[in-house]
Amino acid sequence: MSEIINVKNLVKKYDNNFTAVKNLSLKINQGEIIALLGPNGAGKTTLISTICGLSSITSGSIKVNGLDVINDYRKTRDLIGLVPQELALEPFEKVINSINFSRRLFGKKDDNEYIEKLLSKLQLFDKKNNIIKSLSGGMKRRVMIAKALSHEPQILFLDEPTAGVDVELRKDMWNIIKELKNEGVTIILTTHYIEEAEMIADRIGIINHGELLLVEEKNELIRRMSVKILNIKLKKTLKRIPQKLKKYNLKIIDNGQSLNYFYNIGNEKTGITSLLSDMNEIGINLFDIQTQETSLEDIFVKIIKD
Amino acid sequence: MNLRGIHAIYRYEMNRSFRTLIQSLVSPVLSTILYFIVFGAAIGSRMDNISEVSYGAFIVPGLIMLTVQMQSVNNASFGIYFPKFIGTTYELLSAPLSFVEIVIGYVGAATTKAFSIGLIILSTSYLFVDLEIKYPFFMICFLFITCMTFSLLGFIIGIVSDNFEQLNIVPMLIITPLVFLGGSFYTIDMLPAFWQNFALLNPIVYLISGFRWSFFGVGDVPILTSVIFMLIFTSICISIIWYIFKTGYKIKN
Repeated sequence: MSEIINVKNLVKKYDNNFTAVKNLSLKINQGEIIALLGPNGAGKTTLISTICGLSSITSGSIKVNGLDVINDYRKTRDLIGLVPQELALEPFEKVINSINFSRRLFGKKDDNEYIEKLLSKLQLFDKKNNIIKSLSGGMKRRVMIAKALSHEPQILFLDEPTAGVDVELRKDMWNIIKELKNEGVTIILTTHYIEEAEMIADRIGIINHGELLLVEEKNELIRRMSVKILNIKLKKTLKRIPQKLKKYNLKIIDNGQSLNYFYNIGNEKTGITSLLSDMNEIGINLFDIQTQETSLEDIFVKIIKD
Repeated sequence: MNLRGIHAIYRYEMNRSFRTLIQSLVSPVLSTILYFIVFGAAIGSRMDNISEVSYGAFIVPGLIMLTVQMQSVNNASFGIYFPKFIGTTYELLSAPLSFVEIVIGYVGAATTKAFSIGLIILSTSYLFVDLEIKYPFFMICFLFITCMTFSLLGFIIGIVSDNFEQLNIVPMLIITPLVFLGGSFYTIDMLPAFWQNFALLNPIVYLISGFRWSFFGVGDVPILTSVIFMLIFTSICISIIWYIFKTGYKIKN
């Protein structure tokens, strides 16, 4: 996949000397969905703002499709659509007028066919003549997306697109995002919902205190970082871990009625076979076995804490 | 240049005025008509001519200036402040628009609205007073530049304001008193000597004087002084806007 955004050594310092982004570098590939995870104030929105032109850059560079976002701002902004975190809409305007306004700002001719298709895709067609004030929160969120897509951008920034929306709408949004990806749109989304990143992202970036802690392909990250737990229920209570089993990462739980074995699925050998064999050899009989897997959320918490 | 982008802002602003026609047009015109009735017809009929012009006709340029200056400032300041207030400036900043284009869109719309109101008031004044315009071309140019300059000023006010109170402070507490004391209803030489000198510190005096000159060929100060002053005022406003956009003051984080 070719690179569409290249952020190099970006620093964003505010007038009050607070550094929101610290020497951050990030490459985003064309056509991917990348989710930026991080706690409040981590620098996610600031990063998006600098790429989209809402915030000035203290130092470093940002290139979109090989073009500098400052020197070639017209060309780079033309490629980008932005859905900000807040529901920022002119309350007294009709949906259709608001969307057409956004398209015109980008210097594009009116295209009723495209806008009507877009409205249909976002289930807004029958609301097109409604006043924005009269719409529900979920519909307003859709209008924001329609406005961002009105000029047919290749890159879409979604800053917490599902914050405060119900589960059903969130799933609708995920479908919309997946559909856009299938159409070739590169999507960068920030989110607090780990589940969201897990469901739709190709790559995950974790930001904290203005620094990019990691950026990695989602499945690879889960594979590499996730720890599985083999819970072994014992027939007889075990007070301490026998010498032969000390080489394994074991923990006695439930007052000795169970053992937890921690292993990494990223490793070539899990050690389960030899553990069970050693247990059998020293006469520890098993009653039941089950496994648990750490989620992306556990991984996220671990990385942030580290 | 992103002409469609400029037109989008201009059209959007004009549509907003059409949606609120009573507030945008009827209200300022009605207020000015009341001035004509009270000062022109009722009180004016008992007053002496000023520079061989009836008092009713004399106040026409001042009243037009009073209204267009306030309207220009209010329209332009609200035009840019409202998107700031509701958070939609992100659309402008993330669009391929230069700062000059954004200013042209907003200031152009505010200028158009104020200029149209000025012309409507001028037309309405013929219902109440006999009026002849000595230099109509100059009058149109002067009216247009005044609308544009005060729209630029309004744009600055809209950008620097953090709330609705601040948005109204400059128009209500600075511009309104300056316009009323700037010779809208009298000539400067009607004031005592001390206050005449004091009045000359009021920038609005030069604008009203210049505009009145275009109607009657007489003014409080020479027309060249008025023109120079107008150009200085316009340049100052443009410079401030240039600085605001160059530094991103109160616009960009």
